[in-house]
Formats: sequence, structure tokens, C-alpha cells
Amino acid sequence: MSDILSMTAVAARQALDNKTISAVELTEAYIKAADDTADNNAYVLRTSDKAMEMAKASDKRLAKGEAGLLEGIPVGVKDMFCTKGVETTASSAILKGFVPPYESTVTENLWQDGAVMLGKINCDEFAMGSANETSAFGAVTNPWTASEGPLQGKALTPGGSSGGSAAAMAARSTLLAPGTDTGGSIRQPAAFCGLVGMKPTYGRCSRRGIVAFASSLDQAGPITRDVADCALMMTSMSSYDSGDSTSIDAPLPDLMDAFATAKNKGIKGMRIGIPDEYTVDGMPDQIASLWDTGRKWLEDAGAVCVPVSLPHTQYALPAYYIIAPAEASSNLARYDGVRYGQRVDGASLDDMYAKTRGAGFGDEVKRRILIGTYVLSAGYYDAYYIKAQKVRRLIQNDFTNVFADVDALLTPSTPSAAFALGDESKDPLSMFLNDVFTVPANLAGIPAISVPAGLSSDGLPLGLQLIAPSLREDTLIKGAAILESAAGFDHVASGAAS
Amino acid sequence: MTDIATPPATSPLVEGRTGQWEVVIGLEVHAQVSSQAKLFSGASATFGAGPNEHVSLVDAAMPGMLPVINRFCVEQAVKTGLGLNAEINLFSVFDRKNYFYADLPQGYQISQFKQPIVGEGSITITLADGTTRDIGIERLHLEQDAGKSMHDQHPTKSYIDLNRSGVALMEIVSRPDMHSAEEAAAYVTKLRSILRFLGTCDGNMEQGSMRADCNVSVRRPGAELGTRTETKNLNSIRFIAQAINSEVARQIEVIEDGGTIHQETRLFDTSTGQTRPMRSKEDAHDYRYFPDPDLLPLELDAAWVEHLRQNLPELPDALRQRLTDEFGLSAYDAALISEDRQTAAWYEAAAAGRDAKLVANWMAVELFGALNRMGLDLADSPVTPDQLGQLVDRISDGTISGRIAKDVFAFMLESGDDPDQVIEAKGFKQVSDTGAIEAMIDTVMAENTDKVDEYRGGKDKLFGFFVGQVMKASKGQANPGVVNDLLRQKLDG
Repeated sequence: MSDILSMTAVAARQALDNKTISAVELTEAYIKAADDTADNNAYVLRTSDKAMEMAKASDKRLAKGEAGLLEGIPVGVKDMFCTKGVETTASSAILKGFVPPYESTVTENLWQDGAVMLGKINCDEFAMGSANETSAFGAVTNPWTASEGPLQGKALTPGGSSGGSAAAMAARSTLLAPGTDTGGSIRQPAAFCGLVGMKPTYGRCSRRGIVAFASSLDQAGPITRDVADCALMMTSMSSYDSGDSTSIDAPLPDLMDAFATAKNKGIKGMRIGIPDEYTVDGMPDQIASLWDTGRKWLEDAGAVCVPVSLPHTQYALPAYYIIAPAEASSNLARYDGVRYGQRVDGASLDDMYAKTRGAGFGDEVKRRILIGTYVLSAGYYDAYYIKAQKVRRLIQNDFTNVFADVDALLTPSTPSAAFALGDESKDPLSMFLNDVFTVPANLAGIPAISVPAGLSSDGLPLGLQLIAPSLREDTLIKGAAILESAAGFDHVASGAAS
Repeated sequence: MTDIATPPATSPLVEGRTGQWEVVIGLEVHAQVSSQAKLFSGASATFGAGPNEHVSLVDAAMPGMLPVINRFCVEQAVKTGLGLNAEINLFSVFDRKNYFYADLPQGYQISQFKQPIVGEGSITITLADGTTRDIGIERLHLEQDAGKSMHDQHPTKSYIDLNRSGVALMEIVSRPDMHSAEEAAAYVTKLRSILRFLGTCDGNMEQGSMRADCNVSVRRPGAELGTRTETKNLNSIRFIAQAINSEVARQIEVIEDGGTIHQETRLFDTSTGQTRPMRSKEDAHDYRYFPDPDLLPLELDAAWVEHLRQNLPELPDALRQRLTDEFGLSAYDAALISEDRQTAAWYEAAAAGRDAKLVANWMAVELFGALNRMGLDLADSPVTPDQLGQLVDRISDGTISGRIAKDVFAFMLESGDDPDQVIEAKGFKQVSDTGAIEAMIDTVMAENTDKVDEYRGGKDKLFGFFVGQVMKASKGQANPGVVNDLLRQKLDG
């Protein structure tokens, strides 16, 4: 059994093709793993019967030689993706009982390629959070634990908002996990759980059928065990979709080829920028030194690393925490109790709205709706929203300027390793700071990837981030392949199924 | 609105108890785009379906469902802008107008706030006395309609019909250039006719395809603009005129009684013909407009716009000009006949190769009068264009007199028969046979020898009496010209 669970998706696909395992065996192993690790609260809904049906269908297609790219690969779906006939709540009480009559484009792509659906996975409510503690289903526990130091013995956060997805991946209760990333929600949990997480170029993966948080920032992407799986899954997830006006109609570079090229030939001549502004106050020494190590790994593979400046970086977080709540306050207006989800009756229409939304939304969601409503209000709009949009443009310009000279940027993924559950949710500001390295890529709409690069002194995973220009996911995959090889990260979480 | 409207030289003034008042009116017209599908979804936009039969996942604001612009609706808006002589903005932006209501599923309406698709333009209106005026258009923008709430279907619940949710509307905003209900009515009439000629809106106000919000204020002539009120959702030209007149009277009375006008939204009560307050400025929503992040800015290709411009159909002004130039019609008849394309086509078919002015007269007076009485549209007229043309031919060639033609027309309306059939069957043929008429004249003169003597003695006015007697004897069928000539010969000779 442990052999099956330790296989990456690429390896499992090979084994399925070679008939050394069947899709049913693989799926059964993951259903059992999810049973065994249920305590981490990663799944909010299990669809084991459906998974078995899908696995049987995969075995038939494998037998007929009609296997798809992800044939028979078990996938746990973040609850932000609408799944036809399967309850979808965005981990919010307000959507309790909502069963979409439609499938998101991204998950449809996965099923079309033969993937098997294990269930729906916990996340921060409406993807608003960095610790997976705002979920109406309760917090998710990180399968990783500190081996020493002050965090030893404490339950840790898997990060957020795709905390359940990262926890399920680290616990090996799913083999692939599609996430969504609005300000770091794929990369930060991937970093906290020793996984690869990519936020593609804005528009690469259709937003159609994904519960919206902040439309101009939301982007789906893969969370995987390794870089090759990331290339594989990204190839399946992305597509041009006429049902999303912001979808990009440009072909995805051949990511599997990019991976193989980097592994075989290195990245000779690739220019990597090291942004000065990503050195932040209070960043642990081990993160600074890991960052420096990462630079050396890339140089060893032939890259040229140069210091660069992104002068408006310090304004990214404040701009993000205006734009994202502004869009969210409008996007979440539809949860009004009129058509679907939960309704609490009231004496009047306004009273029904107040009671429904008061009961249905958690504190963090309410906080962001209030912030967003405030910054869009008459008299404040110019001072906040318009100013934030101007900052956003300056940040985009910063990236455009440096990408005239370099092919990618190397930064830490997060300013710390995973922290204890309950530690930061008391202080929203310090939770917001978690996104300091990840938010700029969302504001600029450019792709970024987090790769596990080492363990902290406490024995917790740390990630390095690569950021590339628009549409250059292939550059990310190449750089990530080098970092992955050099880091040789082969640690497994103590809470992983076996 | 900070602009001060320049009053025309002949700005009509209203007499109050304390002096004269000038009225300033601006209109916001919501015109439903003629389109099979909605503005941002593929659901049908047609009228008359059962409740909630035309609702897509997007229209119902299901989670994760996204708007995608309907290219045809954009084309319709651009054509309308071109028809309004307006600037077409090649770059425009869709914004979200945020407010909560049960029939607004998204919790926001997608509209265009700061950067509309169409900028400034103007249209020319024609008043009843034949004078024309240009009314400025401030902008036209595309937006989606909300659904419909029904509060009278259940004792405690409201029902929602989302068929209209997402239907494309053009909001056409005028400058505050109008100064009377008559001008406002003429503006809406002209606007509707332009939209119908373009085929961009069917203009059916009773079905809600077109409705107007009227901004009205009064001021002393030449003074600063007064505080305006906005009367919402007027769905007929008659109601627009009534609402303006009642609002003008109310505002003048309030000010003359020493009160002040409050900026507020009002509703028109069709049963009383009066307006009443709906909500004051203090209750106004903060709509929190911001660019819709689900939609990219709308960028139009200049060549595509030019192509649409080149292929615009003939518009009412051009048609009116042609009717005046080619057919010699009066400005009033030309305006009446060019009001909609069907009327114009009907007229052109009837008038081809004939006395065009006479046809216009017959159409404007007799035909429209009869259709009005019968409650019929021109499309349902029992008399065809060709039949009306034949009738005019029979007047022109002297077969029947104009007076008899009215009787013939009455029978045509009833039976749908050709005029020649009616004339033949009912014996309406005009008598031009001089022998027969001479015989009648002789009889009349013989029966009235005293009057003949008086006439010959200098009482010229009696000529009319003899004409009348002869026509009476002929049962109206004698040719009046022939009767006149022969009578004069016999009486004077």
C-alpha cells in the first residue's frame, strides 16, 4: 500500500499504463488514506462511491488504450470549485446545501482527462484567510509537526486558503489538488506543507464555475508532490474558455518538455533577478539563508543571478487589501438568501438579508465585506480604490521593467514556516502579512511557483518562489526543476498516510 | 448636472400667480435593445414567456457564473449612437452598480458609468406648428435590466420573475434642453422613431420596451437652474406629458406659496394624473460603482464602426427631407408620415405615380382618422395602399368628387373593396354629361323663376343656392365644375 501512496501522479500514470496497478486499486488506496487521516479535517465531503465508479470507467479506458492525460489519478477538489451534483459551499455556512447543476471548467478539464474525484476539500471561507481557520467546517491541521523548538507538540496550520488541499496532499489522502490563489492561497499552503504550488498567469485557467472571491486576482492552479506533476496537472487544468471574458486565448507552452529540457540541459544563460525589496524586517535568518542557497543552486545549473529592484513592493499588500475586499464585497452580494443556499427569514426583505448574511458569513468574510464596502463608498472611492489601482499599475510596471533584463525572479515563498493553529487568527494584520511575497504576482497577473527547498530548524518545510513574466509558465517549470533537483526534498510529513 | 441650459429664443413660459416661469426638462430614456439574447448571457430576451422560463445560470447569479458580452447588442448600441449623430467611444467600460434587491440576483447591475459606449449627439424635433429644434444627447450607455418583483400574488410573499434579468437596455440621456411637455413628447416620439427605423428597439412602450425618467425643474426666465425632481418609469408619451405638466404646476405652486422644491424621486400615478414622492435624496443609494472585473474594457474597431455608419438605413430626418423635396409635402405631413418606417413605406406605395400631396392628405386626415376610430394599426388597415391610391386617382380624373370620395372611402373601409367596385356598385360615378346637367339646371331654374329674376337683378349671392339645388337634384353626383360652368352660362347668358 505504501508503495502506491508514495507514487507521484506521473509515476502512477506510468504504472497504470503498464498495468502494474489499476485505477480501482489506486483509488481504493486513496479512499483508505483519507479515512486514516480524517482527523486533519481536510475533506468536507467525500464522494467515494463516485470515485469508485470513475476509477472503474478509467480502467475500461486504460484497457481500450483510450486513457487521458490524468486517467485514473485521484483528485481532491477545493470546495471553491463548483461540481455538478456535488454540494459546493466555499466552506461557508451561507452556501450550505447548495448543489450546483453545473461543473467548473477547470474540474471539467480534469474529468475529461480521466481524473477521479475523491471529494470536496476544506478551505478558508470564500478563500479568505491564510491559515484555513476561517472555514465554517473548522480548521485543518497540517500533517507536518515541529520536531523541536517552541512549536513542538502543537497543531500547526497548513496555511490558506487552500489549506485543506495542501494538508490532503501532504497527508497523501489525494494525489493531486487543484487550488485557487488570490493573494498566495496556493503557494503559501504548498510552502507550509512541503509541496509544489503554481499560480499560473491570470486567465490561464478559466474562472467559470469557481466561486468568486476577487475576480481580477483569482486564479486556479495545481498543488502537487513535485514539479513534473505540476507540469502535468497544469497542462490539463488550463484552457481557453469563451465563458470567461478574462480567459487567455494563447497556447500553454509545453511544460512537460520544459521540465525535461531543464533536467537534461540545465538552465544555462537563464537570468534570475533577486529583488532587493523581498528582504523584510523580522524575516528568520534561515529563510534568508535558504534564499541565498537557492540562488547558488540556480547558478550551479548555469543561471546568471543579478540583484534587481521592484521599488513599489512595499505598497503591494495595502493595495491588495483594498482591491480584493472591494471586489469581494460586490461578488458576495449574490449570497442573499433569495435563490440558493441558506436563508434566515425576517420581518422584511432587508431584515431577511441582514439575518441571512449575519448568520451565513463568518467574521473574516464580514470584515472583508465591510472593508470593501467602505473603500468603494462615495467620498472614499478615489482615496482608496482608485489609489490602490494606481499602485497596482506601478507594481505591474516594476515587473515589466525587471523582466526586460531577467527571465524570472527568485524569492522566499513565505516570511515564516507554518505557525501554530490559533496563533495568528487573533490578529488579522499579522495574518495578512503572510501574503507579503505572494501578493505582488496576483496584482501583476503573472505566474509564480513555490517549490519545497528545505526544512526549518524546527523540521518544518520551507519554500522558494519563482516569478516569471506573463505566459511564461515554462520558465517557472525549468527553474523549479533545478531547485527541486538541488534541494532533493524527500521528507514526508509525520501525519502522512502510509 | 451643472450645465445651464440655454433657453431658445421662443422658450415657452408658464404663467404663475407671481409671474412667469421657465420649465427645464431632461429625459433619461431606457430602450430595450432588439436582440434575440440578453446582454451577458445566451438566454432569450423575447417578451411574453412564462415566469422564469428565460433564465440562464448567469442571469440567476449562480456562484462562479460569469458574464460574456453579446456582440450583437454592442452593434445595436453603436448603430443607435450613429443614428443620434453621436460620438462613438471606441473604448468604454462596464461598471457594477451595487444595491440589494430581491429581483437583482447579482446584487449589482452591470452598467456603464464613467465611460459610456456613446457620447454626445443630438436629434431634431418637430413641433405641431412645424418648427424644429435640436435637442442635445448627453450620452448613451449599455446596461442590463433587473428582474421583476410581484407583490400581489400571495398574501405574505413576493414572487420574482427573472425573465428580464440581464436583458440589454440602452439608457439614452438628453441634455436639459426641453421646456415644455410638448417638446418632451416630441423628443420621445422622435427618439422612438429613430430607434424603430434603425431596428435597434421596437419602441413598444406598453410592453415596457421603452420607458422614460423625467427630470423637471422650474426657474424664473434667465435665472439659475431650480432644484429638479425625477419622475420614474413613465411608459407612454401621454403619461410623460401629463407627469411633466402636473409636476410643473406642483413646483410653481410650492415655490409661489413660499416653499422649496426638494431633490427627490417621484412616481406618476396614472389614476390621478399626479406625481407623488418615492424617495428623497437622503434615502438615495450609494451605488459604489466600480469597473466590473469580470469584463474587459470594450474596445471597438474604428473600421467596424465606419462600416456600420455606411450601412445605416434611411432615418426619419432624411426621409422627411425626401418627402418634402420629392413629394412636395408640408413639414407637418412629412413629419407625420416619417414617424415610422411602416407608415412611410405605406405612404410611398400609395403615392407612387400619383398626386402625392393629395395622397398624404387622405392618409393623414381620412385614413388615420378612421383607423383611430376603429382602434386599428396601420398594418391592420382594411384599405390597402394601392386602393387608397386608386381612390385618389378617381378624384384626379374627375370620376368622383372629393366629397363623394369620402362616401366611397367609407364603403371601402367596411368591405375592403376596390374604389372602382364601390363606385360602380353604389352608383357614385360623377355626372359630367352636360346634357343631363343642363336638363337639371333647366328644371331648377323653372321651379325658381323668382330667384332667377333676383339673381339677374344683381343678387350675385344666389349663385350658390342654384349650385346647391342642382347638386341636390343630381344626388351629389354631378361634377361640380361642370355644374358651375353651365349654371353661369345659363344664368348670365
